[in-house]
Amino acid sequence: MQWDIVIGLEIHVQLATRTKIFSGSSTAYGAEPNTQANAVDLAMPGTLPVPNEQAFRYAVMFGLAVNAEIERRSVFERKNYFYPDLPKGYQTTQLERPIVGPGYVDIDLANGETKRVRIHHAHLEEDAGKSLHEDFHGMTGIDLNRAGTPLIEVVTEPDMTNAEEAVAFAKKLHGIVTSLGICDGDMSQGSMRFDVNISLKPSGSETLGTRTETKNLNSFRFMEQAIAHEVERQMDILEDGGTIVQETRLYNGDRDESRSMRTKEEANDYRYFPCPDLLPVEIDDAFIEAARNSLPELPDARKARFMEQYGLNDYDAGLLAGDSKLAAFFETTAERGKDAKLASNWVQGEFSARLNAEEKPVADSPISGAQLGDLVVRIADNTISSAGAKKVFEALWTGENDNVDAIIDAKGLKQVSDTGELEKMVDEVLASMPDQVAQYQQESDPKKQKKMLGGFMGPLMKASRGQGNPKLFNEILLRKLGT
Amino acid sequence: MHNKSVAELSRELESGKISSVELTREYLGRLKKEDEQLNSFISITEEQALADAHAADEQRAAGKATPWTGVPFAHKDIFCTNGVATTCGSKMLANFVPPYDATVTENFRKAGAVCLGKTNMDEFAMGSSTESSHFGATTNPWGLSQGEKRVPGGSSGGSAAAVAARLVPAATATDTGGSIRQPAALCGVTGLKPTYGRVSRYGMIAFASSLDQGGPIARSAEDNALMLNVMAGFDPRDSTSIDRDVPDYTATLNEPLKGLRIGLPQEYFASNLNAAVEEQIRGAIREYEKLGATVKEVSLPHADLAIAAYYVIAPAEASANLSRFDGARYGYRCEDPKDLMDMYTRTRAEGFGAEVKRRILVGTYALSAGYFDAYYLKAQKVRRLIQQDFIDAFQEVDVLMSPTTPSPAFVQGEKSNDPVTMYLEDVFTVAINLAGIPAMSVPAGFVDGLPVGLQIIGDYFSEARLLNAAHQYQQVTDWHQREPQ
Amino acid sequence: MTISREDIEKVAVLARIRVDDEQVSELEKDLGNILDLVDQLSAADTDAVEPMAHPLNAVQRLRPDEVTETNQREAFQAIAPATEKGLYLVPRVIE
Repeated sequence: MQWDIVIGLEIHVQLATRTKIFSGSSTAYGAEPNTQANAVDLAMPGTLPVPNEQAFRYAVMFGLAVNAEIERRSVFERKNYFYPDLPKGYQTTQLERPIVGPGYVDIDLANGETKRVRIHHAHLEEDAGKSLHEDFHGMTGIDLNRAGTPLIEVVTEPDMTNAEEAVAFAKKLHGIVTSLGICDGDMSQGSMRFDVNISLKPSGSETLGTRTETKNLNSFRFMEQAIAHEVERQMDILEDGGTIVQETRLYNGDRDESRSMRTKEEANDYRYFPCPDLLPVEIDDAFIEAARNSLPELPDARKARFMEQYGLNDYDAGLLAGDSKLAAFFETTAERGKDAKLASNWVQGEFSARLNAEEKPVADSPISGAQLGDLVVRIADNTISSAGAKKVFEALWTGENDNVDAIIDAKGLKQVSDTGELEKMVDEVLASMPDQVAQYQQESDPKKQKKMLGGFMGPLMKASRGQGNPKLFNEILLRKLGT
Repeated sequence: MHNKSVAELSRELESGKISSVELTREYLGRLKKEDEQLNSFISITEEQALADAHAADEQRAAGKATPWTGVPFAHKDIFCTNGVATTCGSKMLANFVPPYDATVTENFRKAGAVCLGKTNMDEFAMGSSTESSHFGATTNPWGLSQGEKRVPGGSSGGSAAAVAARLVPAATATDTGGSIRQPAALCGVTGLKPTYGRVSRYGMIAFASSLDQGGPIARSAEDNALMLNVMAGFDPRDSTSIDRDVPDYTATLNEPLKGLRIGLPQEYFASNLNAAVEEQIRGAIREYEKLGATVKEVSLPHADLAIAAYYVIAPAEASANLSRFDGARYGYRCEDPKDLMDMYTRTRAEGFGAEVKRRILVGTYALSAGYFDAYYLKAQKVRRLIQQDFIDAFQEVDVLMSPTTPSPAFVQGEKSNDPVTMYLEDVFTVAINLAGIPAMSVPAGFVDGLPVGLQIIGDYFSEARLLNAAHQYQQVTDWHQREPQ
Repeated sequence: MTISREDIEKVAVLARIRVDDEQVSELEKDLGNILDLVDQLSAADTDAVEPMAHPLNAVQRLRPDEVTETNQREAFQAIAPATEKGLYLVPRVIE
């Protein structure tokens, strides 16, 4: 049987506020355990929440960026459940009147098409603390520094039909929140966490199948794998005539395994009710307009500008514009390097590959856009070959030296471009290889000829101690060999 | 000395007739002796009180005194006091010493008042008799003078009994459904529940957040005014605190009452009202007429629904507010929990008393799937109807008057096994909390030697008018001066 | 309105309060009486009435995003049942 896959996402986005959503405790990452958990965060008796204005500003900015209605009078509810990382025994969240109403995001697909994914709503809520399961004499350690960090939870409609679309949406959302500056986007630290709702239905059927929720995916790769894994699991069950149990599942990316966390029957009765410690939050036109005026350039607009300003194609522009930090890095490289196409190739090629290999965000790159721009200049003006450029890049990356020209000098990577000198070398090499010259000249297939030409390059590069400009060598050879 | 009011003590300290240290020593001596019988205090903070009294005397000598500098008083043990155990009358918090102050606590510290200790209360303020305290019941000094152990009312029974017995001239209290007014009535003292949002709830351990309000208990309206001057005010740490100027509540105490329009809600003079209590209340209203007030009957059509709405909303909010007492970060934790579930369920089963558990369970039930609409949502709608009754009534009159309780103080143990009968103690008081308006209880006579309280209810933020009305009545009556033997 | 033993047991689990059989029987009576009392609500006509969550018709104030709290871990953990290396310890949590 053919199956249609139906995917919806819930994304927790940690807001980059200085303080928590309901207290003046710092949200800085990496502090000693519980040093940023104060009376309100610890739910000490008698303490009360006071909401952070910046969390609302960020949520409104997000709403505007995803073309959503802003709720003018939003309300907080209490979601009741017991867990050691939840000090109050309830999470303060929004159910009936979330701050961000329905909206949408358009995503680019590999086949060149654009797809619209609808957003059901996004609400503000507080994050929980962390449980540390290392062994403390058979006990669990609780760190509440993260408790109370503001989150927006973005809930999509089930509009995605495969892992590619889901990942494209997730990346797009990542690009939007980082461009807005409302989230640092660092998924390894849990700044963005994805829950994926998946169901299958017979191809063409109108009725949705039973869905499962796979929780807390913290990388695009795991998300893609988890979707593939869950689709396969559900398909196996359905093909065997089984039924899907509505449940929450945990995916282990390292082992490509998932297991049930709890079924619907075991699901908590959360007893939501309006939080009596908080009043309705009214957002007026002035607040919304101020947020609108503070919106930076978003990925879609930036992509259009990159195509226009730098002459990039749709694909390259989309890739570079999607991530605000990568986009900024590219722009510095392009401005400094004065060759946007070359800059684009290097940023997407060597630079991105190296970041990926070392699992580093752009912000942690050891080289700057300006340095890469300087390198682009030297490639463009033929001072170095692309092989030489890679050596310079390596030296920059490892911190051996921070100046492009100094590296070129120190490593002797400057190409010889004096045609007189190069011609002399070609003459000498051709003279030393008469048989090969004769063979070349008798060959009628230009493809084979081209290959044979390579046979002269080795000795030429050797003769020039690697510093001869290969492009010029090539031109001279062709001329001398008489074709 | 112990019969003097806050206003009088303040004047004596100012004139230099007595020092705060002398005064504090005298009160502490009396307190330690007399409270054996009453159990109105959970803790007496002698050392801290004497240190504060010294500091107060120095402040006064330096010319930096407020009316409260050096005056002794007590806090209900629901207000967090930095470095001093704050138990809320519960085993759950028996050893809880908060490293922070409630805003009300801070306000009294800044004013230079000398706190002698923490008063007893129903566990987590849930009760009308101060019998559910983990630290034992408080006894009403008026019953004792007749050789009987009667309840002081609750939940602020410790504060009311202590003030009635002259152990302190004044004490803080809280009122969620009548917990200031009902014990004030039963102990023959004066208490005020302010408008919701008038007094900060920060550091005041929550029972039902949308109903809780701190307020004063003292013998006279004038002392209530002096206390409210310290307690009231905007607090940026409490989102439900109202940013509105605080008047000097003593400034308008002497306004004449001529022309004051009094409404008598007919539903509050119904069949369940003890006839002798009614007679005392009618007598008090005649006094008001003599002072120039006019009286008319009014109706609060939804009055009979108030208890039902209250006993859904208050437990629902409490069920969530008390979830934080889980044994993880502070307070009681059961011995040797075998797993997480065991820690939660045993800590809460052992740490909470029967009434607290009943209310948590009722509240959990009212919020649970399938019952939310019929109970919680319905109660919220009825709450609006009740509020509207008051708004309508205040179109016609300036204040409403009624008995505070249907009958005087009952004997200990009489109602403690029957929660619903106990709940009906609050029949005239809970609607005021649902609406969020202010109300007072003022001593208005005796029935069989037991005090009776007159409830005066006002429109939002009309505390000054209520205090004025109570003060004028206290100028022509002496019920509030009577002392239990 | 009566409340069943099963309901009481379910609610007790939600509220994380251990109750033994004897207590369930008592609660059945007490909670049943309380629910009888609050069942008066069903008589009220509330068709056109908005639920009221707060006594005052006020709007939430928002706080500027400024750090006002300092590290008080020592003071807070001094009153904790069990801590180690700055962490609160609880019986093992199994996900």
